[in-house]
Amino acid sequence: MIKTDALIIGAGPTGLFTAHQLKLIGLSCEIVDNLDKIGGQCIELYPDKPIYDIPAIPECTGEELTNNLINQLKPFDIKFHLSERVEEVKTNKENWEVKTNKGTEFSTPNIIIAGGVGSFEPRKFSPKECEKFENKSIFYSIKDKTVFKGKTVSIFGGGDSALDWAIELSKDSKVNLIHRRDEFRGAQASVDKMNELVKTKKINLFTKYQLKSLSGNENLESIEIEHDNKETKNLKTDYVLGFFGLIMQLGPIANWGLNIDKKTISVDTEKFETNQKGIYAVGDICTYPGKLKLILSGFHEGALAARACFKLARPNEKYRFEFTTSSKSIKNRLGVKE
Amino acid sequence: MAKIIYIEHDGKSHTIEVANGLSVMEGAVQNNIPGIDADCGGSMACATCHVYVKEEWFNKLPKKEDGEDDMLDMAFEPKKNSRLSCQLMVTDQLEGLIVNLPEKQV
Repeated sequence: MIKTDALIIGAGPTGLFTAHQLKLIGLSCEIVDNLDKIGGQCIELYPDKPIYDIPAIPECTGEELTNNLINQLKPFDIKFHLSERVEEVKTNKENWEVKTNKGTEFSTPNIIIAGGVGSFEPRKFSPKECEKFENKSIFYSIKDKTVFKGKTVSIFGGGDSALDWAIELSKDSKVNLIHRRDEFRGAQASVDKMNELVKTKKINLFTKYQLKSLSGNENLESIEIEHDNKETKNLKTDYVLGFFGLIMQLGPIANWGLNIDKKTISVDTEKFETNQKGIYAVGDICTYPGKLKLILSGFHEGALAARACFKLARPNEKYRFEFTTSSKSIKNRLGVKE
Repeated sequence: MAKIIYIEHDGKSHTIEVANGLSVMEGAVQNNIPGIDADCGGSMACATCHVYVKEEWFNKLPKKEDGEDDMLDMAFEPKKNSRLSCQLMVTDQLEGLIVNLPEKQV
């Protein structure tokens, strides 16, 4: 069981800056995120899109913002638990006990939810019978590519993941690539490479088609795909891969007894505390009168929630407000030499 | 100002007067029409305000900008007449626009 002064759920910009604020006032913290990388929506949804409303930064991309926030955390040693999702939050009266899907356990007086719009999950195929084959013949990510060797694999999607895997698997497998329109949003070089492989018959390309139905008992045997004009085709296939990007789901947060309104958590504007003492919500996931879903609002909310954490983490000490320009103890924590 | 008709997947219809300058998505969210999530708030960074537009209207709407089709790839059951409602700005010309909502957004 890991003991920490505060646990942050979500490694997006708000979670990162909140960690900075906690460390600055001398509290320990750890961060859990369901994605395999730091940055949240900034990295997952718009790494290359410029942002123009971060104070004092005229223009930066989601990736640059994330890198700057990570740099700002460099003086501190913060443990990240990536690819882990918080499943359970329970109280033992003194502390919150938190458990992730990988079994990591935390005991902490403070939980700060900086979860954006929830956790990212792969978007799945819509036909209901797909569930039956999931993780057997149907996958939304690839852990071990060797299982596809010598098999027929039908890949759905038009982005980089679909293209990259179609190109990669075409070396040792029979590959069908199926996409709902005839433009691909992946990198041009990958599109060119894929087209080349289509010409040499290494990849069978089906555009303007979508998955209609599947057949097979234990194992998947074939799929039916349907064209925009309703014409259908039957493809024999051993495996189906779907790369439709990620969607956001509130997930287990909904079960922690918090006041939730339309996927957001109600908080006060003094501590950004929820209806549960010691659980705070900051950034896009919180709501209060006048809430703006801006990154800068998340920074403000995190700074205040961090001060509120102090009271529960250090009940016998008094929090003293200090500036980074003048405080010796803050400079010590930052490792700044006088 | 234009009357926009939102039809839920089960056929339930809502007619809403939406002010010019708002998006079809905002018209739905501000009036609590179920079926449009708009997780990203209208920045074309998700695909949870997805609607279907009847053909006669589809061709009258301003064309999709770069990126909308990319996002629609990630929508639930996209079709030829799919649009992101956050990209449809209301003007008087949209009077009577009918949008059909998909079975779900995520």
